[in-house]
Amino acid sequence: MSDIETAGRVCAMVQAAYERHTPLEIIGGGSRRHFGREPLGEPLVLAPHRGIVAYEPSEYVITVRAGTPIVDVEAAVAAHGQVLAAELPRASGESTIGGAVALGLTGPSRPYAGSLRDAVLGVRIVTGTGQLLRFGGQVLKNVAGFDVSRLMVGAYGTLGVVMEVSLRLHPRPEEGAVRVLACDWAGARARLLDWAGRLPLTGACYARGLLYLRLAGRAATVGQAVREIGGEAGSADTFSAVRDLRLEALGVPATALWRLLVPPAAPLDPPASVADWGGAQRFWATEESAGAVHAQAARLGGQAMRLSGPDRHEDVWATPVPATMALYGRVKAVLDPRGILNRGRLSAMW
Amino acid sequence: MSSSNLARWRNGVQYTRMEQPRGPSPLPAAFWRELRAALPADGLLRKPGDLGAYECDGLTVYKARPLAVALPRTRAQTGAVLHVCNRYAVPVVARGAGTSLSGGALPRTDGIVLSLARLNRILTIDPENRTARLEPGVRNIAVSEAAAAHGLFYAPDPSSQIACTIGGNVAENAGGVHCLKYGLTVHNVLSVRMFTSDGVLHELGGPTAEGPLDLLALVIGSEGLLGVVVEITVQLKPRPQAVVALLAAFRSLEQAAGAVSAVIAAGIVPAGLELMDHLAIQAAGAYTGQHYPPGTEAVVLAEVDGDDQTCAMEHAHLRAILDRQGAFAIDEARSEEERRRLWAGRKSAFPAVGRLAPDYYCMDGTIPRRALVEVLAGIAALSGQYGLPVANVFHAGDGNLHPLILYDARRPGELARVEQLGGDILKLCLAHGGTISGEHGVGVEKLDGMCAQFTPAELVAFHALKAAFDPYELLNRGKAIPTPARCVEPGGMHVHGGHMPFGHLERY
Ligand SMILES: Cc1cc2nc3c(=O)[nH]c(=O)nc-3n(C[C@H](O)[C@H](O)[C@H](O)COP(=O)(O)OP(=O)(O)OC[C@H]3O[C@@H](n4cnc5c(N)ncnc54)[C@H](O)[C@@H]3O)c2cc1C
Repeated sequence: MSDIETAGRVCAMVQAAYERHTPLEIIGGGSRRHFGREPLGEPLVLAPHRGIVAYEPSEYVITVRAGTPIVDVEAAVAAHGQVLAAELPRASGESTIGGAVALGLTGPSRPYAGSLRDAVLGVRIVTGTGQLLRFGGQVLKNVAGFDVSRLMVGAYGTLGVVMEVSLRLHPRPEEGAVRVLACDWAGARARLLDWAGRLPLTGACYARGLLYLRLAGRAATVGQAVREIGGEAGSADTFSAVRDLRLEALGVPATALWRLLVPPAAPLDPPASVADWGGAQRFWATEESAGAVHAQAARLGGQAMRLSGPDRHEDVWATPVPATMALYGRVKAVLDPRGILNRGRLSAMW
Repeated sequence: MSSSNLARWRNGVQYTRMEQPRGPSPLPAAFWRELRAALPADGLLRKPGDLGAYECDGLTVYKARPLAVALPRTRAQTGAVLHVCNRYAVPVVARGAGTSLSGGALPRTDGIVLSLARLNRILTIDPENRTARLEPGVRNIAVSEAAAAHGLFYAPDPSSQIACTIGGNVAENAGGVHCLKYGLTVHNVLSVRMFTSDGVLHELGGPTAEGPLDLLALVIGSEGLLGVVVEITVQLKPRPQAVVALLAAFRSLEQAAGAVSAVIAAGIVPAGLELMDHLAIQAAGAYTGQHYPPGTEAVVLAEVDGDDQTCAMEHAHLRAILDRQGAFAIDEARSEEERRRLWAGRKSAFPAVGRLAPDYYCMDGTIPRRALVEVLAGIAALSGQYGLPVANVFHAGDGNLHPLILYDARRPGELARVEQLGGDILKLCLAHGGTISGEHGVGVEKLDGMCAQFTPAELVAFHALKAAFDPYELLNRGKAIPTPARCVEPGGMHVHGGHMPFGHLERY
């Protein structure tokens, strides 16, 4: 089916749902339906809408249909010696680019190479009234109009059916290495302050007394950094596991998983949490109430986001003050006035 | 771009004065009493003599005298001013340093200017977390100066950085010479505190710039339409160990543009990658006395940075590419002083070009970098067709063009042709998959260009988003987003102007 036909079909489905006031559940590869609040509504499956729309390797930008599996995009750009600028978590080979945009998560490279939101240059979306709109574009700098493309990132599909995304790419580094060092959290932070910006880090995680460092860059630079860091050789799998939220090996069970987003130098508290992003992102599996987790994040100077777990009634984020919550609600209403798209997935309010 | 989009473009850029009521202020005395009470004793300007300095921003072709200028010193006073204006439905234009090049800070005659210039404290520098918490009136360069003691800097460096404010940078999503590698404002801001027009304070973003919906991204670059930003937390970066700058001379513009595309295609991410054409070099040479080798038709300026080793390797790689692409002379600089020498011509290029003709008009389109050769050739052809010289000096690495159209506004009909040529150049950018503004914003200047870039439905969505933040359209009313009606039937009053202010600032 051509893009125009597919867009027409999705627009028609959304329009019909809009008229009937019935919610739609947007499904990419379906591999991450366990994230967020309970899905609701008739399925709108994007997986068949896959493939590359435009890719000019010399430009370091790719435009793909939302149903394209992340691994397919990676393979396509790898053939030209390139990688996605943002490292994308996935639950399986079925996880799609559209799903990645909806969840808005970025892997361990985030402090060093930027977030997915940073790498999104443009989108095509179908709004909750069934209109096909285009925002942003395929160029690096663009200040015409509000930045609606980035607004889609992390919105859990509640602001639009993402049809197409343009993403920034980077050259694939020549060489990579992983080192593991035994130290306490304070020691880890001190080292990271010294090394970040000076050594070619692309990941820094800390769990159970071990600092895991991932390096990538020119072979000589990586070699020199490895010598300076010392420690022992580690496995790149540790970082793919952290990227994909498979944290059991680091002592975090797969149940009731939270992210705490905090100033990186904050204490490692609780000590059983895993620190990623050099400390700015902490993973914590806990049976504690949402209120207790939000309070803990606030004590550390940050905020918490619920990833997955058996209790699917709580909002993904803490409820902001009423006036700000109302502002979120009004923005939601602009793009999806009847709450058709992924109703209740991010917040019980919409 | 689709042909229907092209069809909606009529007659290039057309300037229109914003519709503004004139005549005596209809505002009740109670408004003025309450506004004065919200501000410190010296915080309200109403005398005509005091208002002159606020009549325009960096785009001086537009001027309007506001009813008053409010100068709060604190966040609470700022909120109180907005409260009062909201109650009396008085339009507000926020203002930082007034260096906007698109009329973003142009006042309204029926409203007040809210200057954030006195909220200029650096609240904290946190070297452990590499962040700085700032009031909006802090000047861009002051952040890097304060962070230098910790070996850190704030990456976005617009060439207006000695004057422009962080609040204005957030509003315009400002870039700089180093944004190819280090990103724009949106990539370097973690959170903001912002008043909506009803005087309610919101916190957006957080330690990792995330939140339930990314309203932070929506606000950055929103040109003061969505709220008044009163506190900004930015990410700081460690200063690179080593920096090398190269200036490569080419015998043709095509070769130079090809070299830029080749550098990008080779996977090098220089800290900066700039291009100047023959006219720009001539002007810069005459202005600074900088010497370019005879026969130079275009130069590429590139800078690489990083740790010593990476920098050395990137530099060698870069040099090899420039050689291969036909650079016939390459000059290099490592020390701060040598680098300043190499950059001198580039940094003075705008004022230098300003000497070639009585007036010039600066464009800001962005294109995919592979289209550089073609678009520059297209611009040259258009320049010939219109008989108006165009100098090119721009951020080649991110495809952000700044064609400078030289003209003489005193010649009858010339400005209209300049505007038409400008419109044709933007059309060319759009036709190659680009955008009408890379970093200067839409303001009042590119409203008609927006009609060519977006469909009516997209413009309606922008207006609805504006209304979600500011239902009575009190903040920067009439700017950045044209009404769909205007796109169908534009008003067409041409206004012309004189010289760019801030002549002492470096321009990129
Ligand atoms: C010589 C020169 C060189 C320049 N070079 C560059 C460059 O390299 N890169 C680049 O990107 N730009 C450049 N600019 C443009 C300009 O400097 C930037 O757009 C800058 O960000 C504007 O900051 P300002 O403080 O002067 O804002 P102003 O001009 O005062 O305001 C700009 C806009 O921001 C709004 N605003 C200001 N403060 C706030 C606030 N606190 N909250 C909400 N809205 C606010 C205003 O309403 C207005 O719409 C240049 C300008 C000049 C004159």
